[in-house]
Amino acid sequence: MYVAVKGGERAIDNAHQWLAEERRGNPAVPELTIAQIREQMKLAVNRVMSEGSLYDPDLAALAIKQARGDLIEAVFLIRAYRTTLPRLAGSLPVETGAMAVDRRISATFKDLPGGQVLGPTFDYTHRLLDFALMAEGEPAVARAAADDAPPASRVPHVTGFLNRDGLIEAAAPDDISPPDLTREPMELPADRALRLQALARGDEGFVLGLAYSTQRGYGRTHAFVGELRIGKVAVEVEIPELGFAVEVGEVELTECETVNQFKGSRTEPPQFTRGYGLVFGQSERKAIAMSLVDRALRWRELGEDDTGAPAQDEEFVLMHCDNIQATGFLEHIKLPHYVDFQAELELVRRLRAEADPMQEAAE
Amino acid sequence: MTDASPPARKTWMATLAKAPPARLAALMPELPPHTVLRQPEIGAVMVRGRVGATGAAFNLGEMTVTRASVRLASGEVGHAWVQGRDRGHALRAAAVDALMQTEAAPDLAARIVAPLSAEATAARSDRAAKAAGTRVDFFTMVRGEDK
Repeated sequence: MYVAVKGGERAIDNAHQWLAEERRGNPAVPELTIAQIREQMKLAVNRVMSEGSLYDPDLAALAIKQARGDLIEAVFLIRAYRTTLPRLAGSLPVETGAMAVDRRISATFKDLPGGQVLGPTFDYTHRLLDFALMAEGEPAVARAAADDAPPASRVPHVTGFLNRDGLIEAAAPDDISPPDLTREPMELPADRALRLQALARGDEGFVLGLAYSTQRGYGRTHAFVGELRIGKVAVEVEIPELGFAVEVGEVELTECETVNQFKGSRTEPPQFTRGYGLVFGQSERKAIAMSLVDRALRWRELGEDDTGAPAQDEEFVLMHCDNIQATGFLEHIKLPHYVDFQAELELVRRLRAEADPMQEAAE
Repeated sequence: MTDASPPARKTWMATLAKAPPARLAALMPELPPHTVLRQPEIGAVMVRGRVGATGAAFNLGEMTVTRASVRLASGEVGHAWVQGRDRGHALRAAAVDALMQTEAAPDLAARIVAPLSAEATAARSDRAAKAAGTRVDFFTMVRGEDK
């Protein structure tokens, strides 16, 4: 526990003043604009939007600038801001089958209908530093396909093909209003919708580490990436004053569907099962990790063994994946704990005093 | 007042919602005479997804949205829900929505809605062409044991 302290106002003001100066860095170097961060640090902006749980590229870019590039601090700023916004509505569930895909790959089928589209990917790059980026050069221009075929309005999901043959579990639509951990405290056991909400805003590093642990044998689920797609989808809202749904905007999403082994159970034949990841922005590491952890958490529902692996432990995963909760509790221990510590000090001194005569007696 | 069919109205409202605010402002510098029924209000919409793309709904995260409603001097009421936090964008979109229900609709559609829609389609096609440029065919190599 920490207690209120008084004093230090001037020191605090001066510290913040200095922080502002340090944020700016060398004034001889041009200042970053919000638009520059939004356009050129796009994946950082995406991460702040997804873990901040608010899709607004300009605000995420501002948060990154204000936080001096500390992305968790930026997420904190976005989370604080979003609590000030009135909730105007919940959207209809987005149709990822109607996504305008920039990227769409499958590790399970090489000839999938609609084709494999690499998009703007780091895959197959050599991971060598490109010193040309240090010099000012002509911007690169993407090569477009020569054929002028109109973009497909629907790109079918790979799991849909498997589903047609009954080889994979179905995911039947259900439109009951999902639980919302930003409105009600999270209660365990959580249903899958609540788990996915928590994972979608969870820390990328934490979710990645858990997913990796399942691959190394801690709650093995043997996942294939059935499909990974990135692109824009429209967001539709039922407008009460109109009585029909209208698109209010569009968001970029990364979606990952894994296909996992399943031996079958008393009620289910052997078939593939699914893990699901959906994240704001282009964020495929997070989306893949999310789908692996989602699948690992489904052990009870699928009648699998609890091997005691961290990724199977719903409470462990859900109560520790939020980096703002984690940061808040972790970093509060640096704030004044003088009274607490004074009590501990007294206790240690008393124990030592009690131990001393006993030691003398022993000698 | 002309009766705006919901499908047509849905289409122009969507176009206005997704338009870059600066572009809409350039196409419509002046607002028509109107009274504001609902001041532009910045808020959040909870974006939902579906488990496994087709299953139960879940809450993914919020997005910023601004809404506004106006009434023209001639009585038509326009509503807007637009992406982002630009109050001017919401007011302009609401005004266009109202005007699209008047005799001015064909003129407005040609001057404002059609260009915005064409620009959005062009941007989408441009990205789709770049994506098509990265379409790949993977070949599985024949291995020795297959002989």
